[in-house]
Amino acid sequence: MAELKPLVQLDRVRKEFGAVVALEEVTLDVYPGEIVALVGDNGAGKSTLVKLIAGVHQPTSGQIVLDGEPVRLSSPSESQRHGIEVVYQDLALANSQPVYMNMFLGRELVRGPLRQLDRPRMAQETRQLLDELDIRIDSPRQTIRDLSGGQRQGVAIGRAVHWAQRLVLMDEPTAALGVQETKRVEEIILRMRDRGRAIVIVSHSLDQVFRISDRICVLRRGRQVGIRATPEVDADEIVSMITGLR
Amino acid sequence: MSAPEAEHQAGTSHVGADRIRSVLTRLRRVDPRLYVVYVAFLLILVFFSIYLRDDGFTSSQNLLNIVKQTTPITVMAVGLVFVLSAGEIDLSIGSVVALSSLVAALTLRDHGMVLGILAGLGVGVGAGLINGFFTTVLRLPSFLVTLAMLGLIAGLARWVTDLASVAVVNERYANVFGSGSVGPVPSLLIWSAVVVALGWFLFRHTRFGAHVVATGDNTDAARVTGIRVARVKIAVLLLSGTLAALAGLLYAGRLQSATYTLGEQDLLPVIAAVVIGGTRLFGGTGSVVGALVGSLIMGMLNNGLILMGLSASGQMIAQGVILLTAISVTLREPRGS
Ligand SMILES: Nc1ncnc2c1ncn2[C@@H]1O[C@H](COP(=O)(O)OP(=O)(O)O)[C@@H](O)[C@H]1O
Ligand SMILES: [Mg+2]
Repeated sequence: MAELKPLVQLDRVRKEFGAVVALEEVTLDVYPGEIVALVGDNGAGKSTLVKLIAGVHQPTSGQIVLDGEPVRLSSPSESQRHGIEVVYQDLALANSQPVYMNMFLGRELVRGPLRQLDRPRMAQETRQLLDELDIRIDSPRQTIRDLSGGQRQGVAIGRAVHWAQRLVLMDEPTAALGVQETKRVEEIILRMRDRGRAIVIVSHSLDQVFRISDRICVLRRGRQVGIRATPEVDADEIVSMITGLR
Repeated sequence: MSAPEAEHQAGTSHVGADRIRSVLTRLRRVDPRLYVVYVAFLLILVFFSIYLRDDGFTSSQNLLNIVKQTTPITVMAVGLVFVLSAGEIDLSIGSVVALSSLVAALTLRDHGMVLGILAGLGVGVGAGLINGFFTTVLRLPSFLVTLAMLGLIAGLARWVTDLASVAVVNERYANVFGSGSVGPVPSLLIWSAVVVALGWFLFRHTRFGAHVVATGDNTDAARVTGIRVARVKIAVLLLSGTLAALAGLLYAGRLQSATYTLGEQDLLPVIAAVVIGGTRLFGGTGSVVGALVGSLIMGMLNNGLILMGLSASGQMIAQGVILLTAISVTLREPRGS
């Protein structure tokens, strides 16, 4: 990995909410085509870290560096402009709208001098993307409400893949899913990695972390306990890092 | 056929199959709200046509009258489709009608037609901006903000002429906004058609329309995808205020006078028209064409009940019963949501 340049670098990033220190000092480089798992107990600061990169929160101190340049990600749109997309824990989908409109939410395609919505093209591009990622949905014109939980998460991930040029952040993407659906979503995540995107995934399931991640970053009460290459650790070591017990 | 062409063909037929499949899915989960307004429209039309066949209900004169009389309701309903779809509400529209008609009539008398129109519309723009400011910048519920504005503007409408009516003597104005016509087509019919057509295009075929429904559907989702939610909310309230002001101008044109009671009774029929027409009361889906049909239903009921000889009190009771029936069909959430 030495010859690759990191897509995203966190340099001693710290976040306080009033008197609460949610993150003490996190330093992490994420490379193209790798999956970094973020693990830790409840309240360890995982979601906060995701939100810092997503532009939802801004660090109290420290820097986020993209392509060697420190950047200020002042809003989610700012992050999106830098090719960073998020799959939120509580599916950020508009339930009464069709799949293709969700895929293009906020970035709808238009045509003609009147700038009309190009619904056929959005539906067709959505169809292609769903096929490429093997996300099984009858029609891109279906309403989100009519989909299963796994299909919905597929749409949310598909949207992130479609727009992310750099990094996809996922906060517990399979927390609400059954076993089969989880398996399918993991397959989608692996296909996404093969497209050269970097992925940071928050997960509570160590099994899942060992199945799909390349590196594991452990947080405990806002502190970065360590980063390990997944093939070089076992679950016991990660558990003791998470809990602080030997 | 060359390779790229074949690929293109395959792509289209794929999307065609999608369309058929999605029509089938939709048919399987028939949502009554999608068609009930059209069925109701036909049923009521047929009922009155038979029951009132000797009272001239179906005369073209009477049908045209219905359309003309419902124009202000239709215009306001188009605005409310946007507001409700965005997950907000505007209760101030009725009083905006009164104040805009009075301000327009007064300005018209002293400063001519153009300034009169602008002043009247200005009332709606002002009300919409104030509603929008309190709803977004101060993050107050639009229900309370526009309820307060309803009272405030109704008060202003009483104060501005001290309860007196203002006659509209400008003939050109009365032609454009009331009794006139272009060839055989009454100008009120044209106003309805133009507002509905523009509203339909804006709602269904522009990014703005898509952002309106997304905002009402899931505000957080809209926000994290970069939609400027606050701007959308200000825009829909501005639109509904402006269209309510236009309704005031139309009343003043048709009645050739303005008074503080104009629009006072309109909020209920407007909300009814919009909701019967398939717009969800809590945001996320709406239909401009449905609102038009809903508005025509309200007009037909009004007209038919008068022709049936119902007293004013009887009409109100009948309208209430019909509304309750309509709402219980349309407002029920679809199963599994
Ligand atoms: N918006 C916020 N305001 C105040 N405190 C917060 C906020 N978000 C998170 N925190 C606090 O920061 C700490 C880390 O939270 P979080 O990042 O959600 O943890 P995790 O996702 O690992 O469970 C917790 O103590 C939490 O209470
Ligand atoms: Mg969390």
